[in-house]
Amino acid sequence: MRPLDFDYMLSILPVLLKYLPLTMGMASISMLLALGLSCLVAIIRVLQIPILNSLSKVFISFFRGTPLLVQLFLFYYGLPQIFTSLTALDGVSAAIIGLTLHFSAYMAESIRAAILGVDRSQWEAARSIGMSEGQMMRRIILPQAARVAAPTLVNYFIDLIKSTSLAFTLGVTELMGATQKEAAGSFLYFESFILVALIYWVIVEILSHIQKVLEQRLGKAVAR
Amino acid sequence: MISVRGLKKSYNGQKVLNGIDLDIERGERIVIIGPSGTGKSTLLRTLNFLEQPDAGTISFDTLKIDVANASSADIKKLRLHTAFVFQNYALFANRTAQENIAEGLQVVRGWKKKDALKRASEILSEIGLSDKADAYPAALSGGQQQRVGIGRAMAANADLILVDEPTSALDPEWVEEVLQLMGKVAAAHQTMLIVTHEMRFARDIADRVLFMEGGRIVEQGPPEKIFSQPDDPRLKQFLRKLL
Repeated sequence: MRPLDFDYMLSILPVLLKYLPLTMGMASISMLLALGLSCLVAIIRVLQIPILNSLSKVFISFFRGTPLLVQLFLFYYGLPQIFTSLTALDGVSAAIIGLTLHFSAYMAESIRAAILGVDRSQWEAARSIGMSEGQMMRRIILPQAARVAAPTLVNYFIDLIKSTSLAFTLGVTELMGATQKEAAGSFLYFESFILVALIYWVIVEILSHIQKVLEQRLGKAVAR
Repeated sequence: MISVRGLKKSYNGQKVLNGIDLDIERGERIVIIGPSGTGKSTLLRTLNFLEQPDAGTISFDTLKIDVANASSADIKKLRLHTAFVFQNYALFANRTAQENIAEGLQVVRGWKKKDALKRASEILSEIGLSDKADAYPAALSGGQQQRVGIGRAMAANADLILVDEPTSALDPEWVEEVLQLMGKVAAAHQTMLIVTHEMRFARDIADRVLFMEGGRIVEQGPPEKIFSQPDDPRLKQFLRKLL
């Protein structure tokens, strides 16, 4: 066994960290878009809005039923061949679209379950005072569902951050892509990949901490 | 005046309301009694469209709604004319006591938030819960929650308050404070339709008592008459079991 080259690791750390904003940017934008889309799909499913409900079921089934990598390749390499106007779709955009759709499908089901978990009495009270379905959802049901769904959604965000590493297969130089390049130049594969693993790990640990704080804040309404 | 004509409701072919006719005068306090499963709660819930009735009409003065063809605008108008007090309180879990009372004023009736909260604060003082304004429902006792529920109904300034077994879910120690508040609201000649199993309370506050059986109003009259000289054998039997 040869000793680890810590000096090398220290020297590429700042190089890799330069790509962290891109990784976190892709993850954050995808997460925000996925939150919006998944809430919409969940509400369509809960209120059983005709036609849209059927479309939502197919959407969820497809994006949960196929590998993320296949979806990313489909968007980046496949779609521009069919829709020629999409040739300008760069790797980052394709990754964001793919990640958004993929995680929306999972998150929609979690949010739907959380919405259905809100006590029946909350729906009835909101309707009885004359709230529209939209007001009821926005003011009463979704905030309560959010408390239930929050831990799961943070888990999906963690998964999403790690999944941005797949964008390197679309030619995007993000955290993983940058590491791959460094490793290919130095041949110090172990040092490079253990370092990038540690970077992902630290980010996830920070998020887990935020998750705990978030849960405490959202739980204040039920605390005695 | 509030008029209900031929109100019907079935669940899976089971008739729960079998043609209800009911006129309610302004300021009248009506108590509905009867065995479980005779459609008492369903009657209240259809009047607020928490359950969609199958047939009949509901009128509030000039507003007349054919329930089978009610539009969502009709339903909203009807709900603005009525307020509901639930058996299980049904306070918004993500709103404080004060916000629970203000919510409808602000969101549905278009009050400014500041005005709605001020009105809610006045009501909190009327129901004796000023010190709980910022408490979330989970931090209130059952009796306190139900008092906020009644306060929410008071805030609506509705033509008709529908009250569905307000004390049935309460521990015995909280029943009295809720009945007292109900009595206070009734004393202000608020039009109310109340389902309850508290016969003493019914006798005290009702202008008229309705006895329901099998989805129909079988007998009605002033409480002295209903409780002391009932005519219908089913009512006699019901009262014998209770008293």
